[in-house]
Amino acid sequence: MSAFSCPYSDAGFSQRGPIVIEARGLCKSFQDKKRGEIRAVDHVSFTARPGQIYGLLGANGAGKTTALRMLATILEPTAGTATVCGHDVIDAPEKVRANIGFLSTATALYPRLTAQEMVEYFGRLNGLGEPALKKRINEIFARLDMNAFRDRRCDKLSTGMKQKTSIARTLVHDPPVMIFDEPTLGLDIMTARTITAFIRECRDNGKTVIFSTHIMSEVEKLCDTIGIIQSGKLLTEGTLAELRAKHGEQDLEEIFVKVVAPHYVSEGAS
Amino acid sequence: MSAHNIAVVYRKELTEALRDRRTLISTIVVPLLLFPVMIVGFASVASMLVDKAKEESPKVMILGGGDSPAVIAELKKVEKVEIIPSAANWKDQVINKEVLAVVDIPQGFQSELTQQKEETVKIYIYGGELKSGLAADKIEKHLDEYRDTVVKDRLSANHLPVAALTPFKVDRQNVAPPEKVGGAAIGGLIGYMVILLCMTGAMYPAMDLTAGEKERGTMETILSSPISRTDLVLGKFLLVLSASLATAALSVISMGLSFWAAQHFHALNFGDSSDPNTLHIQIVPWAAVSVFLMAIPIAVLFSAALFTIALFAKTYKEAQSYLTPMTFLILIPAFAAMLPGVDLTPKLALVPILNVSLLCKELVASTYHWNFIAIIFASTCVYAAAALFIAIKMFQRESVLFRS
Repeated sequence: MSAFSCPYSDAGFSQRGPIVIEARGLCKSFQDKKRGEIRAVDHVSFTARPGQIYGLLGANGAGKTTALRMLATILEPTAGTATVCGHDVIDAPEKVRANIGFLSTATALYPRLTAQEMVEYFGRLNGLGEPALKKRINEIFARLDMNAFRDRRCDKLSTGMKQKTSIARTLVHDPPVMIFDEPTLGLDIMTARTITAFIRECRDNGKTVIFSTHIMSEVEKLCDTIGIIQSGKLLTEGTLAELRAKHGEQDLEEIFVKVVAPHYVSEGAS
Repeated sequence: MSAHNIAVVYRKELTEALRDRRTLISTIVVPLLLFPVMIVGFASVASMLVDKAKEESPKVMILGGGDSPAVIAELKKVEKVEIIPSAANWKDQVINKEVLAVVDIPQGFQSELTQQKEETVKIYIYGGELKSGLAADKIEKHLDEYRDTVVKDRLSANHLPVAALTPFKVDRQNVAPPEKVGGAAIGGLIGYMVILLCMTGAMYPAMDLTAGEKERGTMETILSSPISRTDLVLGKFLLVLSASLATAALSVISMGLSFWAAQHFHALNFGDSSDPNTLHIQIVPWAAVSVFLMAIPIAVLFSAALFTIALFAKTYKEAQSYLTPMTFLILIPAFAAMLPGVDLTPKLALVPILNVSLLCKELVASTYHWNFIAIIFASTCVYAAAALFIAIKMFQRESVLFRS
């Protein structure tokens, strides 16, 4: 792997790169029979560049998943829009999806397919021809050390093997953008570490990475830019150093509490 | 829309379906087993039970008749009947099935008979009970024969020929060719079974590919791939349709083979085969093919409808609870076609499901009313297209895909 280094503190590179993801006033409202209109995402705007990890930090129900689903074109915004690699999420959703790898705890594997069939399926859906697909799969399976279980059905795989298969699935078409929605949720430390190592590798390979979590330590370790989201609103944004300076706190958790507290409505209270 | 993408989805769904036990059972095993079991199995078991009941010696009680020894002697000649002494609680014994029939001979029967006065012999039975009816039949048959000998004796006493009693005979003969007889006798049932199986074949894949996908958490995975939702829903729909058609095809083949086997091994006896009035049921291959052709648009309709309904469900269980009432909704019109006297009219030709069911009845009888066939085929295609259109539209809706 020709991994080039992109030091954590070097904000210069990310500033220089072109804007790959641009969200402009993204909104998403749902109709709830009892509570009326719910604004899950409320005018969220941000940008992300290659070789950079953008971390979306928020409590449960803050709007992280909905925001990322809109970027991945799984949900359509009710207002505002976003572009991914120059493609609009509303006008060209299929082109957007061809440029992203999307991984979340909700993106499970087909239990009755083998690990290899699972990855092949997504390769074909991404338009890879058979010879190219075969080459790409051999490459990925060797790199992720998956050859021992490539012909085993997904429902017979261990959690770690499943995660590797999911990673292979997102990588098969070598997308320039990776979107991770709470990818480590519910995973044990060792499996979670494989994921965080993979996210870092994506960044080091020049991919544009968006990553959502509610775990402070993951954000501190991984993210180049951090956005704190609550009640669907992006409340503050910047590098860790910038956030520390702006909010006068050293600890990210303290910063988070300080930013979120005025907007925090515990779930079910409304 | 991309044929390549639809084919990729179809191929993957087929691989998964062939590895799913529930789908395999409903698509392949049920239609292959249902007809042989129903036709050969049920028919032979039923005839075996009837034969067995006929072989048994039922207990029959005689009330009265003390002054009619000749009649009693006649009744005792009846083969395979056990005559038991009369008892006061005879009614209870009949109800408790201890005695199958009770013959009530009126007082002074024999002397009335010689004086040529009209008399009535009563047979008490347990109505609706097969064995009781068979026992009464035996007694009645024997009494009829006895009556005939009495009549003959009276005729000869008056020097009259026996033929004086029957100036002419009535003989009923079947002129319909065997395949027409088959259509009239079982055509409705065949249409009903094919429609039922088209639905059961589509049901499990429809649930598996929609609610099952949500339940297993793969919906978000597939929606994050570049395939368009229309291509995705079409690929999935084609798999559901294939399962439905495979079930219909297998059921038609299995039905044909079962009838052939039933006739070959004489399991399907509607009477003595040397008797020209016996019903010889025969299904011609072309009738089977045309039933299958009519099943195609109905399979499209069912596949699209079941797919759309199952799509609303979040789990397999929820989908099952939606589709079970649907089953009844579909089966009622299919069943209505089996009722006697319900035949194709231009209005009924537009009623979905009922029209195909009625048409199957005609097709099995090798009757081809081409105008009805055209109306029914076209109207079913329209219903099917509408159902498919709704399925595609529903698959685009976030409120359906991500219902919470």
